[in-house]
Amino acid sequence: MASVTISAPEVKPAAAGIAFILKKAAISAFIALVLFSLMVGVRTEAGPTGQLTYWTRFGELAALVAAVFAGSIVIEILRQWIGPAGAGALVPPALQHAIKTAARLVAPALLLFTLLVPVIFYDQRYILDLGVLVLTYVMLGWGLNVVVGLAGLLDLGYVAFYAVGAYSYALLATSLGLSFWEGLPLAGILAALWGVMLGFPVLRLRGDYLAIVTLAFGEIIRLVIVNWQSLTGGPNGVSGIPRPTLFGIALTPADDGLAAKLGIPFSPTHRIVFLFYLILALALLTNWVTIRLRRLPIGRAWEALREDEVACRALGINTTTTKLTAFATGAMFGGFAGAFFATRQGFISPESFTFQESALVLAIVVLGGMGSQLGVALAALAMIGGFELFRGFEQYRMLVFGLVMVLLMIWRPRGLIGHRAPTVYLKQAQTISSDLVREGHG
Amino acid sequence: MDYFAQQLINGLVLGSIYGLIAIGYTMVYGIVGMINFAHGDIFMIGGFMALISFLILVSFGLTAVPVILLIVLIVSMAITALYGWTVERIAYRPLRHSFRLAPMLSAIGMSFVLSNYSQVAQGARVKPVPPIIPGGYALYTGASGFVVQLSNVQIVVVITTIVLLLIFTWLVARTRLGRDMRACEQDQTMAALLGVDVDRTISMTFVIGAALAAVAGMMYLLYYGLVDFFMGFVAGIKAFTAAVLGGIGSLPGAMLGGLAIGLIETLWSAYFSVEYKDVAAFSILIVVLIFLPTGLLGRPEVEKV
Repeated sequence: MASVTISAPEVKPAAAGIAFILKKAAISAFIALVLFSLMVGVRTEAGPTGQLTYWTRFGELAALVAAVFAGSIVIEILRQWIGPAGAGALVPPALQHAIKTAARLVAPALLLFTLLVPVIFYDQRYILDLGVLVLTYVMLGWGLNVVVGLAGLLDLGYVAFYAVGAYSYALLATSLGLSFWEGLPLAGILAALWGVMLGFPVLRLRGDYLAIVTLAFGEIIRLVIVNWQSLTGGPNGVSGIPRPTLFGIALTPADDGLAAKLGIPFSPTHRIVFLFYLILALALLTNWVTIRLRRLPIGRAWEALREDEVACRALGINTTTTKLTAFATGAMFGGFAGAFFATRQGFISPESFTFQESALVLAIVVLGGMGSQLGVALAALAMIGGFELFRGFEQYRMLVFGLVMVLLMIWRPRGLIGHRAPTVYLKQAQTISSDLVREGHG
Repeated sequence: MDYFAQQLINGLVLGSIYGLIAIGYTMVYGIVGMINFAHGDIFMIGGFMALISFLILVSFGLTAVPVILLIVLIVSMAITALYGWTVERIAYRPLRHSFRLAPMLSAIGMSFVLSNYSQVAQGARVKPVPPIIPGGYALYTGASGFVVQLSNVQIVVVITTIVLLLIFTWLVARTRLGRDMRACEQDQTMAALLGVDVDRTISMTFVIGAALAAVAGMMYLLYYGLVDFFMGFVAGIKAFTAAVLGGIGSLPGAMLGGLAIGLIETLWSAYFSVEYKDVAAFSILIVVLIFLPTGLLGRPEVEKV
C-alpha cells in the first residue's frame, strides 16, 4: 500500500491523482462507517425502569462518514500541494531575522500586559477570574517544567503535589487556624517532602516506567484523599478555607478591612485583583528561581540528565540527588500553587485533582517546548483560553483536548518553541596544551 | 476457608479479564517499546460494542443465548480490532521515529479521545444490562453454612479465556504472523531486511491486542452487567500492572500477572477494605517496579549506550 504513492507521476498526474485521492477517501470513509456504526449510529440509554433501550441515529452517522470522506480528500490534496515534509519550512532569511527580533520582545511585552490586566479590565470580573486561572496554570507549568523540561523525568502525577499543597494549607488553616502566609511555606515544604518520597523509589526507573509510576502515585494520593474521610472530608472536601490577607489586613467590608483602612468604598473586585497579583508574584517567583537554578551546577546537572543519564553518571554527577532535587523543586512549586488554589476557591474536593489535571499541565509543558519558560506561559494561555472557547460545549472539551494532543505530537513533537539548547555553554572552543595530557589519558 | 475458596474463584475470574487486557500491553511494549496508554479505553470500547450489539440482537427477537454470545463476540472483536488498527495508524505510526516521549503523550491524548468520544456518543451514565447468563452451581456448603458458588458466567469467562489463549499461543508460536512478530520484537531493521513487512506486523499486533481487549470488555459486561465510558482508565492501569508484574514483553507472564492482580484485588477487598482496593493495586505496581523491575517471567533489560 505504502509503495503506491511513488508511482510515476509524470504520465497523467492530475487524473491518477484524483483516482488515488478518491480511492483513499473511500477507504477512510468505509473504515469510519464501521468504527462509528454501533457507537454513533445507535444510542443506548437506561429507561425509567432501568431497562436499557436504544434508538438509531443514522443521520449523524452519515454526516460523520461524509465528514471523514471530505476531510480525507482535503488532507490528501494538502499533502500533495505542500509536497514532502520540509519543503514548506522555507522562510526567507529577512523574515527569519524579523521573527527573531520580535520574539525577543514577546516576553517583556507579555509581562507588562499581564501587570496591566487588572487596570485595563478592572470592571470585567470574568476576564480577571480567567487571568487568575491562566496564571495558576502558568505557575503549575513552570513547576512541572523543572521536572519534565529540565530534568527530563516524565511525571504524570504532578497533580498529587498540587493536591498535597492544597490540602496541607486547607487543613492547617481550618484546624490550626494558620493564616495564608504561614500556611503557604508549610504547604510548599510538605509537597516537596512528598516529592522526595516519590522520588526515592523511582530513582532507578526511566522513561515510560517512571511515567506510569508517577501516574499511579497521583491516583493513590487522590484515592487516599477520597477515602480518608475523617481527615479530608472525603468526597465532600474541605470548605471554609480562610481567604488570603494583605499582610494581616483582611479584604473584607469589615471595619478593619483594607477598604475601610484606605478610606475607599469596599468592592469585591479588590480581592480578585489582589489574588491576581498574588498568583502573578508566585508564578514570577517560580520563574525567577528556575532561571537562577539553571545557571547553578544543579540546574546544569538537570539538563545533562535530560540529555543522557549514562553520560551523566560517567562524568561523576550524582544522579540520585539530581533527580531528587528536581522532584522536590517541582513539587514545592506545585504545593505553592495548590495552597493558592485552596485559598482562592475557599473550598476544595478531590474532584479538582484528577489525572486530567496532570495531563493538562503536562500538555502545557510539552506544547510550550519542554524547557522554554516563555513557551510554557504562552501554552498555558492558549490551552486555558482554548478551554474557555468550549464553555458552551463542555462535553466536547476533553475530546478536542485529546485530539489536539495527538495532532500536536504528530505535527510538532518538540512543542511550539522547541528549546533544548543548554543554558550554560562554552563560548569558544578551548584547546589544551599537550603538556597537560599524556598519551592515553586525554 | 469456604469464604477463601469463594474469593479464590472470584479472583481467578477477574484475573482472566485483566490478563486478556494485559496481553495487549505486553505485546505492544515488546514490539514497539511503548506503553499503549489508550489500551484501557480500547477495552472500554469493546465493552460498549458488546453491549450495543447485544441490545440489537435481543430486539430482533433472538433468544438462543449461545448464538447471541457468539455473534456479539465476533462483532465486538471485529469492530474493536479496527479501533486498535485506526489508533495505531493515526496516533502512533507517524511517531515511530520521533523522540522518546512523543508516542506516550500521543497515547495519552488518544486515551482522552476514546473515553470522551464514547461519553459524547453514548452519554455519561452507567449502562446496566440484566444478567445474560443466569444460574450457577453450588459447589459445596461449608461447615459454617457458607455456600461456595460457581456461576455460569464465571465458567463462561474462564473457558473463553482459556480457548482464546490457546488460539493466541498457537498464533504466536506456529503461524507466519507470529514468527514475524517475534522477529520484529528482536530486531526491526533486521526483520525488515529479511522481508518482514514491519508496518503490517505492528498493525496486526495492535489488531490482535485490541481483539483480546474486546473479549475482556465483553467478559466484563457479562460478569458485572454494566459498562461506562470511564471504566477503561482504572482497568487499564491494573492490566498494565499485571503486565509489569508478569514481566513486560512476556506473554505467559501477562496472563500470570493478570491472575495475580485479580487475586490480590479480590482478597484485599474481602479481608481488608473495598475502598482501598485500587490503592493496593497501584501500590503493587510501584513495589514491583522497585524490587522486581523485570517481573516474574521477564528478561532483564540490557542498556545499550
